Amino acid sequence: MAGPMRIRAAAADGITEVRVLMSHPMETGQRKDGSGNVIPAHYITELVAKHNDKEVLKVEMGPSVSTNPYLSFKFKGGASGDTIEVSWKDNKGESRTDSVQIR
Amino acid sequence: MKKGIATAALTAAIAGGVTGALADDTAAALEQYRQMIQDSNPAELNEMAGEELWVTPRGPKNATLEQCDLGLGPGVVEGAYAQMPRYFEDTGRVQDLESRLMTCMETLQGIPSEEIINGKFRQGERGKVADLVAYVVGQSRGAKIQVDLDHPKVKEMFELGKQAFWYRSGPMDFACATCHATDGERIRMQDLPNLTKHEGAAAAWGSWPAYRVSNSQFWTMQHRLNDCYRQQRTAEPIYGSDITIALSVYMAGMANGGTMNAPAAKR
Repeated sequence: MAGPMRIRAAAADGITEVRVLMSHPMETGQRKDGSGNVIPAHYITELVAKHNDKEVLKVEMGPSVSTNPYLSFKFKGGASGDTIEVSWKDNKGESRTDSVQIR
Repeated sequence: MKKGIATAALTAAIAGGVTGALADDTAAALEQYRQMIQDSNPAELNEMAGEELWVTPRGPKNATLEQCDLGLGPGVVEGAYAQMPRYFEDTGRVQDLESRLMTCMETLQGIPSEEIINGKFRQGERGKVADLVAYVVGQSRGAKIQVDLDHPKVKEMFELGKQAFWYRSGPMDFACATCHATDGERIRMQDLPNLTKHEGAAAAWGSWPAYRVSNSQFWTMQHRLNDCYRQQRTAEPIYGSDITIALSVYMAGMANGGTMNAPAAKR
C-alpha cells in the first residue's frame, strides 16, 4: 500500500550520509474530511536504519511529522557497496523496508 | 536596544518598499530555503511511481507504455522532454508531454483521452499522467532545452502562444503578461519570472513540473497553466488543448538553450 522509499547513501572521509524520503500520509487524526468525519490517525511511529545488519539509528516519530517524511543522518563508518536498510512501522501496524548500497 | 531593533526593522521595511523588491537578506534567506527543499523533494516519489507506470500493463489493451514515441523513437525517454513540445507525424499536431502521453495511453493501452480531458487534476487517470510526467521529465534532468522552432507547425504554435500570452480577458482584463512580462515583479512573497526574456523563461520552463510545498501537491505544467487562468478569474482552458500547448511552445522556445532541472520543489 505504501510507496517505495527513496534512499541515498554516500560515504566520504569515514562518514556515511544517508538521506531517506518516505512515502506516507502521516495523518494526525485531527483533520476532518469534507463531510465532517475525522480522518483517522495514520502515521509512522518508529523507524530503524541498519548498516550491514548493525542498527545505526532508531527514530520514534509521531503526528507532528509531516506527510512524506524526509530524514537525513550521518554515521561513522560505512564503505562503498555496504548495505543500508531502512524500516518503518506505523500506528496501524503497517510496515515497509527498503535497502540500498552505499555509493 | 529595543529602539535600535525597531529602527532597523523599519529601515529594512522601507528599503523593501522603496526598491519594490524584497530586502537583500530576505531574498538570500528565501533562496537558501529554495535550495534546501530541492534535497527532500517529494516529487521524486511521483517519479518513482511514473517509472513503474511506464512498464506496467494497463488499460483495455493491457499494454505498457514502452512503445510510446516521445519524439526520439519508441520507448526512448532519456532526453525526450528537453525537445518538447514538438510536431508529431502520426497525429499531425504539435504536442506537449501531457497531450502526447494521452495519445500513447489511448493508442497503446486503450485508455480514452476523453476520460482524462473530462477528469480532474490529481485524480484518476489524469493523476496517473502526472506521475508519468514526473518520470519522463526527470529523465531530461541536465539536458539542454532544444525546441525545434524552425519547424513550420512549431513556429505557428510559438506565434499563437505569444499572442495568447498577451491576450487580455476576464473581469480583471488580465493576461499572462500582466504578471509575467516585467523584471522584478512579485506577488506577495512569490517572485514572478519575466517569461518574455530568455532568463526568466529558462528558469520557469526548466523548473516545472514541481512539488509545491505551499499546498503539498505535485503540479504539472498543464495544472500550472490552468491555475493561472483561474487566478485571473477568466475561462480555464480545456486540458491538453491547443492554447495550452501553444503557451508551452512559447515558454519553451524562449527557454531554448537553458537547462532542464525538473521535477523541482517550489514554495
